[in-house]
Amino acid sequence: MNWLDLVSIIAAAVAVSFGAIGPALAEGRAVAAAMDAIARQPEAAGTISRTLFVGLAMIETMAIYCLVIALLVLFANPFIR
Amino acid sequence: MRSPLVAKTVFSIGPVPITEPVLVTWGLIAGLVLLAYLATRRLSLRPGPAQAALEVVVSTAQSHIAETMRVAPAPYVALLGTLFAFILTANWSTIVPGIEPPTAYLETDAALAVIVFVAVIYYGIRARGFVGYLKTFAEPTALMVPLNLIATFTRTFSLIVRLFGNVMSGVFIVGIVLSLAGLLVPIPLMALELLIGAVQAYIFTVLAMVFVGQAVGGAGSPERTQGSLS
Repeated sequence: MNWLDLVSIIAAAVAVSFGAIGPALAEGRAVAAAMDAIARQPEAAGTISRTLFVGLAMIETMAIYCLVIALLVLFANPFIR
Repeated sequence: MRSPLVAKTVFSIGPVPITEPVLVTWGLIAGLVLLAYLATRRLSLRPGPAQAALEVVVSTAQSHIAETMRVAPAPYVALLGTLFAFILTANWSTIVPGIEPPTAYLETDAALAVIVFVAVIYYGIRARGFVGYLKTFAEPTALMVPLNLIATFTRTFSLIVRLFGNVMSGVFIVGIVLSLAGLLVPIPLMALELLIGAVQAYIFTVLAMVFVGQAVGGAGSPERTQGSLS
């Protein structure tokens, strides 16, 4: 195996693993805050959970960016072949 | 392993290669159009079961748009409802064996996001006039013009990448688990994939709503939509 292949596999793993840390913490905080809000105000649960879903998707996008970068490194790397 | 960025060519018409997601998209369009035609063929004031179900769907879409955009939903329900219906059926087409959802390929998502991009400009100009729409780029102050211009493009890009990443990673993970563990093991993952597909279709539509609502400028739109620009 070429060392360039090896480096790109390691780079993909590092990109996904470190890129997932921030969104994971952020999603945890967002869900905790939404749970708190629903517990205080159960009649607003519909609006809160709808906004929560959209917000979670926003946060999740950061992790998805890292995943896409990792896939680019693995499958569409300009330096290999 | 096959690259998720390249689609398989099935056949080609002259110099134009027709890939697998394009074929699936055509099938979905035909199915949705046929369903809509059959459901609306005999509309009456006293609805039968099919028409009643359809009316529930349409009125839910209308109330959602009215709540999110704070404007009358009539001009927008056709585009946004079609977007939701198409993305939902495209994401859920993965449960048919042998079919990969067309939204798992970058080209389909790019086409959908470009539709939203053009629709935002069109509705913005229609609601405010050309000069009035251009003025929205200098909304808080004139200093924000470059940032607002950049945001117009990056939010389209993030629509593309969000849908593509979510759907494609689901297909990819199911493929990997299937090759490692074998038959019947990836079924819970596929169920999760259905949930993610529905949520992503909803989110894509809600974001399109927010962008259009911001361009059209319903009551108090800047405060409402600021948080969801990304």
